[in-house]
Amino acid sequence: MKSHVWRPLYVVLVIVALVLVARTVLVPADFGIGSRGYMYGWHRAGNEQQWKDVKVKYKTAQYCVNCHRDKYDEIRLSPHAAIGCENCHGPALGHPEDPKTLTIDRSRELCARCHFRLEYATSGRGKIRGINPKTHHPELDCVTCHWPHDPRKEGHQP
Amino acid sequence: MISRRSFCKKTLLVAGGLAVPLSALELFDPRRLLAEKDQKAPRWVFLVDTHKCVGCGFCVKGCKVENEIPYDANVTRTWVERYVITKDGRTHVDSPLAARDGFKSSSIDIGHGKFQEIGEGEIDKAFFVPKLCNQCDNPPCVQVCPVGATYQTEDGVVLVDRQWCIGCGYCIMGCPYGVRFFHPVHHVADKCNFCYHRITKGMNTACVDSCPFGARKVGNLRDPEDPVTKAVTTERVNVLKEEYGTKPQVFYLGLSKEVK
Repeated sequence: MKSHVWRPLYVVLVIVALVLVARTVLVPADFGIGSRGYMYGWHRAGNEQQWKDVKVKYKTAQYCVNCHRDKYDEIRLSPHAAIGCENCHGPALGHPEDPKTLTIDRSRELCARCHFRLEYATSGRGKIRGINPKTHHPELDCVTCHWPHDPRKEGHQP
Repeated sequence: MISRRSFCKKTLLVAGGLAVPLSALELFDPRRLLAEKDQKAPRWVFLVDTHKCVGCGFCVKGCKVENEIPYDANVTRTWVERYVITKDGRTHVDSPLAARDGFKSSSIDIGHGKFQEIGEGEIDKAFFVPKLCNQCDNPPCVQVCPVGATYQTEDGVVLVDRQWCIGCGYCIMGCPYGVRFFHPVHHVADKCNFCYHRITKGMNTACVDSCPFGARKVGNLRDPEDPVTKAVTTERVNVLKEEYGTKPQVFYLGLSKEVK
């Protein structure tokens, strides 16, 4: 058969070869079918480790108690026992070295997350003692009168 | 010329062969057998107790900080919805700022900066429902990904490969629960991954650790002693949008029919 008949075939073969070469260069070596099969597990295996390596920022009260045993014991015996340290003090991150100080939130808005009174009898919210922040001493910080580590005690004195 | 004996033999052989069900010819998949037998690989699931949630939003704050989701952008991996059902039978739902700062008003945020005041006497029932990725056993978001950037790990968590995602947004459209969003910094699809960096270290997710009321729990369904497994197998739990066939793995206690 004449060469002009074969020529398009050569062109196609060259294109296929180029695609295959490009594929080996561009697709990572660990790309493949994972344990969940072709439909759900087709991925780059190295990415799982990348997600595992994300930095842990909230280290929980079990980390804080190593140095702040007194504070930990006080709040654990108070009506605020369930609240974690980092909810108000911010994530521990590399504390105490980095950051040296934590982002302590003493705002009225923080307390109002739970203590803004909502009359929802069918929800746990309705069982929490609450106030209306607009009428309940709007000019003061909550911590002026209420000690957050034990709300039965009086707050910060200036 | 076929003999009578050979005809009978062949007929019996063909009829017998046709009678063997196709499933009998399925070869044993050693990996599947191992997965069913070996209880070591976890299957992460989530349990939400809507009775306990008070809508403080500490979970949303904790999630955003832990997972570096831009704090003031209107995107989040988890959020809390408030449902107020009034005596006229209407359902009012809102989630201002995804409840990042809790619920600071008794009126319902109906969007466009407008609020609807609901009197105390009108309320039939009101409650809060936290939402997050369901880590479905049949994840539609994974099926629609054209490049293999989103996938399910062996322990059931659906992850997004940020280097491989092209940001086409099919998965954001494909999720019936609306848990996916476009990350404004990385320009890829993003979603809750049960704090994969925490649960694989034996910790709880950031939202579980920041919830003061125990409304959220993460557990391993393959561990029969896990309190979450015990609750899922013995208590009356429900899932969201079961009719979609996605087999969601976030279980809810006290789910009301108004919750979609």
